[in-house]
Amino acid sequence: MTEINTREMMIIAAARALAHERTCFVGIGIPSIAANMARRFFNPNLLLIYESGCIGSKPKRLPLSIGDNELSDTAMAVVPVPEIFNYWLQGGKVDVGFLGAAQIDRYGNLNTTVIGDYAKPTIRLPGAGGAPEIAASAKEVFVVLNQSQRSFVEQLSFVSSVGHLADGKTRSQLGLRGAGPTKVITDLGILEPNGVELELTSIHPGVNLEQMRGETGWELKVSSRLVVTDPPTHDELKALRRLKEGLW
Amino acid sequence: MIEPGRYRNGSFRLGRAVAEITTLRAAVSELIQPGDTVALEGFTHLIPFEAGAEIIRQSIRDLTLVRLTPDLIADQLIGVGAVRELIFSWGGNPGVGSLHRLRDAIENAWPNPLLIEEHSHAGLVNRYTAGASGLPFATLRAYVGTSLMGQHGNIKTIACPFTGEELAAVPALNPDVAVVHAQQADRMGNVMIWGISGVQKEAILASRRSLVTVEEIVDELIPRPTSLQIPSFAIDAVALVPHGAWPSYASGYYDRDNDFYINWDAISRDRQTFNSWIKRHIYEAHHD
Repeated sequence: MTEINTREMMIIAAARALAHERTCFVGIGIPSIAANMARRFFNPNLLLIYESGCIGSKPKRLPLSIGDNELSDTAMAVVPVPEIFNYWLQGGKVDVGFLGAAQIDRYGNLNTTVIGDYAKPTIRLPGAGGAPEIAASAKEVFVVLNQSQRSFVEQLSFVSSVGHLADGKTRSQLGLRGAGPTKVITDLGILEPNGVELELTSIHPGVNLEQMRGETGWELKVSSRLVVTDPPTHDELKALRRLKEGLW
Repeated sequence: MIEPGRYRNGSFRLGRAVAEITTLRAAVSELIQPGDTVALEGFTHLIPFEAGAEIIRQSIRDLTLVRLTPDLIADQLIGVGAVRELIFSWGGNPGVGSLHRLRDAIENAWPNPLLIEEHSHAGLVNRYTAGASGLPFATLRAYVGTSLMGQHGNIKTIACPFTGEELAAVPALNPDVAVVHAQQADRMGNVMIWGISGVQKEAILASRRSLVTVEEIVDELIPRPTSLQIPSFAIDAVALVPHGAWPSYASGYYDRDNDFYINWDAISRDRQTFNSWIKRHIYEAHHD
């Protein structure tokens, strides 16, 4: 095995997580790459749903946006955006919502809105988009993001999407029906909730705990059943590289 | 001549037999006034870019711009100072990164301060749906626990009168004008869209006036997979604007110009480069 590219490890770990799922509401960026790899490599029956209204898309090349014509041309159905959110997502038809974020806290709350003060931000990010309701209503949520002191923070500037504890309230106290973030997949490892707080359950090959803690902005809890993530196989790497080169 | 006021009685639009088929220049000048609330919709697909450019050319200012995904079209309007307030739910360059003009307006008030009313997609979509439905507000399962609540007065909660469950409520949105792009219209001004249709129908039905730019005017609209038709009586003006959605796309006509979306990052990052681009590609380009 040659040295593992951490970004490829993250995408492959995310794609593996979809191996036995049925419907996935896909965000753009790494979630889209992972969901498409999962459908092509692990789970041909995985139904991809995009917020642009595309249901059951089978793109042959990776889309740049969530509304590329590749997604609507290959979709089973294309429905208006109000229907996607009101019927399919709010109506509880989505198994997994797949999200990225700029920042995450120990409870799995996500910030995609601002860094700094809302009224006078240091960095204005794009905002929430479809994420708050995906985080609220998908049966479970997978989050993919790079792990660092900048992204894994003690205190979010803004809660765009709710994880397991926000405003001191749990999901059930807030009336949220989905299970929330059940996996947070990073370039260093995989975290899962134990109660309301995320704990490290899998560490990627070549990463050590000290490094993991150094890239986390809070005191990281580590599962007593910590495992090492299976390294990418030759076939997985080949599949991912072919997908990115548009060579399916 | 389009006389929008003539077709309204009280809060209802009386409706005309057919939409006026006119030029983009005439339609924008007659339907969009300074200070209006203008919805420019199109979800990645069929974004009415050329109508946005015409608003810039006609120097219509002080607008409240409504758009779920203010992408490059909003970056252009904000960068020239045409927008006073933005009502939106996701403001980025999809798959590329930031909208630099939007960020410059929010972070540095350049070229003008920009008010924002920020929502999630589901929240803003339901503002349109309530507006199109003739209801004062919409309820949805959203916003609870997020920092979006409390940033402005247009997200509140309401108890379900049947179960007592607390839900989010957002007020109806009824823009002064909706502008959308579609693939085809017939000579009566009926419009047909296929592919991703976003919230175009809701935006038109929620708004007091509406303009649809189209790729092509045909003798007969022939239904096809995923197509939806909007009858002429719900539309005020139709203008023939081939390639009017570039650099977004029009399914069946042209693909999304992903390279332009990527290049916009460098064009928009610097104020001077942006101004030069606007001067060259919008002010010095004319369309009728």
